[in-house]
Amino acid sequence: MDQKPSKARIFLDPLFKANPLFVMVLGTCPALAVTTSFESAIGMGLLFTFVVFCSNLIISLLRKVIPDEVRTPCYIVVIATFVTVVKILSSTFLPELYNSLGVFVSLLVVNCIVLGRAEAFASQNTVVDSMLDGLGNGIGYTWAIAAIALVREVVGAGTLTLGKVFTFIPKVTLPILSGYSGSDFSMAIPLFKSSAGGFLVLGFALAIIAAVNNYKDKKAKEKARAAKAAAAAAAKGGNQ
Amino acid sequence: MSYVVSFILAIVSYMVIDNVILSRYFGICSFIGVGNKVKSAVGMGLAVTFVTMMAALVCWPIYTFILVPANMGYMDTIVFILVIASLVQMVGFFIKKKSISLYKTLGIYLPLITTNCAVLGVVQNNTAYDFGRSMANALGTSLGFVLVIFLFACIRVRLEGANLPKAFKGVPIALIVAGIMAIVFMGLGGIIDLGSWGLI
Repeated sequence: MDQKPSKARIFLDPLFKANPLFVMVLGTCPALAVTTSFESAIGMGLLFTFVVFCSNLIISLLRKVIPDEVRTPCYIVVIATFVTVVKILSSTFLPELYNSLGVFVSLLVVNCIVLGRAEAFASQNTVVDSMLDGLGNGIGYTWAIAAIALVREVVGAGTLTLGKVFTFIPKVTLPILSGYSGSDFSMAIPLFKSSAGGFLVLGFALAIIAAVNNYKDKKAKEKARAAKAAAAAAAKGGNQ
Repeated sequence: MSYVVSFILAIVSYMVIDNVILSRYFGICSFIGVGNKVKSAVGMGLAVTFVTMMAALVCWPIYTFILVPANMGYMDTIVFILVIASLVQMVGFFIKKKSISLYKTLGIYLPLITTNCAVLGVVQNNTAYDFGRSMANALGTSLGFVLVIFLFACIRVRLEGANLPKAFKGVPIALIVAGIMAIVFMGLGGIIDLGSWGLI
């Protein structure tokens, strides 16, 4: 029988082992669309974390009330409510972020991860577990899209700009693959900022993760085989 | 500029130049998920076309004649997603009643369409346009979706037999193929100068 996972596991698994973007390959639309800028990606991740946390909380509170037949529309209404809250809050307090994300704030409603967590986790687990799960998935998704955005912005523009979206921090532009402002030197590849770049970066990221996993599997198999051989040899030695 | 020309240009630009999947990143989940079967790709595409057109037809009047006069424009996302979800449900019932063979081809994709960003994305975008242009946007977007998902499925059939590194099998190579397709479609951008027609 399956053992109930511990609270730490519920929170930590979505960060790496069951990362919603890199392992489950869910929520790819915003992961490609808002990752031309590192800061917008972090902003998107924060809004996403808020939505998935709150919707998990409410849905797990209501899990015994919602009839099974109409559960999807109910979940969508709960999620859409929080997306509207996020839309109003971000357009008021962080208008630059809201404008840079555009329609993708509204599209959080149809993000497969939010609905997926509601369906697969919050509808069956306690409130505390669901909150931890929401937080873990939110943070896991945030770092994943931030990583993609970092690559795309640095390689695509040659610079890393901070303070453009989060206006409360001073604006700085770090020249990483280009010269300081005024010089013509730049190693940027603008393709990475275009739509094709998003597909390529995510594709290569997934391939690298698959390669690492394959390598680990191979190692584990070899180790198991060696252990088996050693055990067999020991057994043989014992018989003689 | 005559209205008809702008209508046609909107369709072409949304279908090819500003393609829904390759340049606006809507509906990638279903794009990747539908896999390498040409038949199911076309089925999915047709179902999306139908639902997008219906949703655009219903949501634009609701937004313009109910939400805006009532000063409730901020409720748009909730109303739109409810309309789309119930539309998908009704379309399912209708097809099931009318043609069981069509239901068998399209029916399995219907639940997936509720969570397809293309539908909500188009409807949400349309609030900024008039009715004719909204329908043109919806038509162009869905045709673009069908076109790309069909081409992509054809390519993936050929990829089946390709000798790939193990790590690239499955989703990674699909994304890279999509990236190359996006580069190809970017090249079509020069055909029409969208700026001079006032489309962007």
